[in-house]
Amino acid sequence: MERDKLVYMANQIAKFFESAKEGARSKGVADHINKFWEPRMRTQLFERVDGGRTDGMHPLVLEAMGAIRRPETPGGAPNRDDPSLA
Amino acid sequence: MSLIREIDYGTPASKAEKAVTLTIDGVEVTVPEGTSLMRAAMDAGVQVPKLCATDMMDAFGSCRLCVVEIEGRNGTPASCTTPVAAGMKVSTQTERLKKIRKGVMELYISDHPLDCLTCAANGDCELQDMAGAVGLREVRYGYEGENHLGKAKDVSNPYFQFDPSKCIVCSRCVRACNEVQGTFALTVEGRGFDSIISAGTGSDDFFSSECVSCGACVQACPTATLEEKSVIEIGTPEHSVVTTCAYCGVGCSFKTEMRGEELVRMVPYKDGKANRGHSCVKGRFALGYATHKDRILNPMIRDHHTQPWREVSWEEAMSFTAAKIKDIQAKYGKGAMGGISSSRCTNEEVFLVQKLVRAGFGNNNIDTCARVCHSPTGYGLNSTFGTSAGTQDFDSVEDTDVVLVIGANPTDGHPVFASRMKKRLRGKPGQPGARLIVVDPRRIDLVKTPHVKADHHLALKPGTNVAMLTALAHVVVTEGLVNESFVRERCEWDEFQEWAAFVAEDRHSPEAVESVTGVPAEEVRKAARLYATGGNAAIYYGLGVTEHSQGSTSVIAIANLAMATGNIGRRGVGVNPLRGQNNVQGSCDMGSFPHELPGYRHISVDAVRETFEDLWGVKLDKEPGLRIPNMFDAAVEGTFKGLYCQGEDILQSDPDTKHVSAGLAALELLIVHDLFLNETANYATVFLPGSSFLEKNGTFTNAERRINRVRKVMSPKNGYEDWQVTQLLAQAIGMDMNYSHPAEIMAEIAATTPSFANVTYDLLDEKGSVQWPCNDEHPEGSPIMHVDSFMRGKGKFIMTEYVATDERTGPRFPLLLTTGRILSQYNVGAQTRRTGNVVWHDQDLLEIHPHDAEQRGVRDGDWVKLQSRAGETSIRAKITDRVAPGVVYTTFHHPMTQANVITTDFSDWATNCPEYKVTAVQISPSNGPTEWQEDYRELTMESRRIMPAEAAE
Repeated sequence: MERDKLVYMANQIAKFFESAKEGARSKGVADHINKFWEPRMRTQLFERVDGGRTDGMHPLVLEAMGAIRRPETPGGAPNRDDPSLA
Repeated sequence: MSLIREIDYGTPASKAEKAVTLTIDGVEVTVPEGTSLMRAAMDAGVQVPKLCATDMMDAFGSCRLCVVEIEGRNGTPASCTTPVAAGMKVSTQTERLKKIRKGVMELYISDHPLDCLTCAANGDCELQDMAGAVGLREVRYGYEGENHLGKAKDVSNPYFQFDPSKCIVCSRCVRACNEVQGTFALTVEGRGFDSIISAGTGSDDFFSSECVSCGACVQACPTATLEEKSVIEIGTPEHSVVTTCAYCGVGCSFKTEMRGEELVRMVPYKDGKANRGHSCVKGRFALGYATHKDRILNPMIRDHHTQPWREVSWEEAMSFTAAKIKDIQAKYGKGAMGGISSSRCTNEEVFLVQKLVRAGFGNNNIDTCARVCHSPTGYGLNSTFGTSAGTQDFDSVEDTDVVLVIGANPTDGHPVFASRMKKRLRGKPGQPGARLIVVDPRRIDLVKTPHVKADHHLALKPGTNVAMLTALAHVVVTEGLVNESFVRERCEWDEFQEWAAFVAEDRHSPEAVESVTGVPAEEVRKAARLYATGGNAAIYYGLGVTEHSQGSTSVIAIANLAMATGNIGRRGVGVNPLRGQNNVQGSCDMGSFPHELPGYRHISVDAVRETFEDLWGVKLDKEPGLRIPNMFDAAVEGTFKGLYCQGEDILQSDPDTKHVSAGLAALELLIVHDLFLNETANYATVFLPGSSFLEKNGTFTNAERRINRVRKVMSPKNGYEDWQVTQLLAQAIGMDMNYSHPAEIMAEIAATTPSFANVTYDLLDEKGSVQWPCNDEHPEGSPIMHVDSFMRGKGKFIMTEYVATDERTGPRFPLLLTTGRILSQYNVGAQTRRTGNVVWHDQDLLEIHPHDAEQRGVRDGDWVKLQSRAGETSIRAKITDRVAPGVVYTTFHHPMTQANVITTDFSDWATNCPEYKVTAVQISPSNGPTEWQEDYRELTMESRRIMPAEAAE
């Protein structure tokens, strides 16, 4: 199972929206990822695209990147200023 | 408290609308046309003596006890078989009738043991009651004549016995098996005096016969002939409480019959709207787990999962756990904690777990096992109809003309609903049965079962549902079978036209996809025509639809098909997901998904979040959280460190076991809250003992959106109901949570969730149950959804392009493995393996076609090694042509089989629901368990060591 899971998942979503009508495809991909992907997953996706490692990525995923919300703080990172953790 | 006894009207209710008025014993009574005199009398408050009649089945007219006299008519007709007529004058008690009845009873009793005092049915015997009712005082014939006494008992069934000496051959058991259960396992053998009840053929006993142990015959028996072994052992119950079964998503209502705090038996409740008085072997009998010695009753902790467990007090367990949670969140961030809520627990309990995660942990890393079963239903039905739920109630099947079952095996997975469906499929005099289309790679029982035969069995290759469903739509559209007026009025017309053009393309025709699905095109065309033109058509589907890479697409395709043919919004039609666990529907409703708050409202919507923020006094994260498979990935990566797992055995139930165990082993804190040390607990550091459904109050929501009460009948053996355990944990991490009864939690659900707005325990007690939405618009709930308009307004057609899964067969792995369930076992088997049900299924078996077996030199019962890209295990083979060549099948009820070592991490594109139903495998002969299985056995033994608590000083 040594495949890149995240890219694989993004591509699966893109494949579904391939059959949507023109103009709604990359928007469909972006909406789906915004709705269902936890920030650390989106962060990893951005890290990949920002780093130019886009090999094997479905064109619709790349097209959608502009409309995918960039997480403010990655979910897994410590946030020591948070009062609830005091 | 007393024993609940439903009224037995003797014969089923008539559905006729025309009313008829007659006089019975001088009392005028008005009943629907077609009602029997017996039932009409009961309506008038007169109980006519009877033995062979009961309102669960059609009248039979054999016992001659229910005779009546009718003015102007000759003779003494049986009141059970005589329908009412206008103006009739009926007498139920005359000198002539008294004489006849006494004579009949005298004959019965002359051939019946007079051991009432030591008989298990003493006080609960209709024969005894009738002897009393007719005033039988002597038996003039004596007891020495030829008789049936002293015959051997059949005790082969683990839960009930058959004592032929006590049988009066009233045929109630035979008719219950035929009419209610639909198995036709029993018969009356011999004639006249030699007539005896027989299970299966002459050489069979109950166990070896076709009997599925549903208990309908035991319930129907008016004597002690068929009697629960628990009643024989304990005695008759003294009080009962109505509750809801904790097994499958049918959600049957049962009377829990008790003696003190001891459970005597579960008896299906006739007023239960899901089951209408029927049951299956699990809900009726498989209760032994609740008091099994394996139950863990004290909290336990350990610093690392390789250490032995240490029993501690609840206080110590909670402070230990809370400190770990704080530590983890301080070190790794808020998002390092998460929870999984149980689809076996109550609505109130899962609501609290998601509240704990969202408000207490401060993130949305909450998921539920619905992730791995029906999450695609959520996505698919929400996108097309506007909400995630089945559209019908179970009663709806009574008005269905065409049943389409796809990817579901109701007779094993949802047995009580299957019996109701089979009843409709068989039809009755004057009402032909519904037609049946089965889409399934396996020849499931429903394809051919007594008096039921599928018109079309589309035995497609695993993983090709979308191609099949789109081909069915192709036929509907290209052959002009679309219900255009429905679509124009109820659906988005533009989107429909785009969809219609898409499915009409030649590449979607049955002929074009034949090579993919393996199903002859003509058969597909015929099935599509039948579905579209056969009258009220209803689709029932299960995990064979959802557990695929294209699970969500399949659900959408099903919704498209129903909309295009206008099969939505009235009785008899609809789209019906058959839910797996008892409260899968409820746990989804209660906001157990990481992206949704209760009532399927996205976490990013400010107004929805504010509702909860105002009530809970905390700020909620607006980002979606991790789903279960994402949690395992994040755990392996090191950003997810602590998990609270309530009542689920994710290690056994989730796919790609090796990946799951790697994730669990990487956690610093794994809290397992369960009845037993399950497989997941091998990696746990905190164990919080859970309570069974008999030990708590709450509600379950079944597959028809029916909210049913769960009522406590005994004190929790572990000390707390599960919602209280979660509350203790919430309090330990500093949350202000102080519910004193689940009714208060339901009040909070109603206050925050529009579809539950009018749900209260008082309403549930009054109505028995309600189906959501239940609010001002639908004050008594909603049996059928989308009646005038869809929840989302207009129905939405969505394109469903078939994309083959990447899990493909090849030279190394030439066979396709698909997985499923068996009647006697439930899910991972944690409950049913700890009951008498193991006699039917003590190990998982691999079904393989004779052709594939022969090629590999495999004989029936041989050990075989089953290998996939993910792993290998060994299992015994069962050779059968139920599976097609190239396909093998197994269940995952036993931990030692570890079927999920084989399944891969491919998942649904939209929801990450795992692709359990398609794995490319190879099989080869083997000597026994694999090294992995041996190692695993050792690890399990090792991880279950418990050091008892030190004695208090």
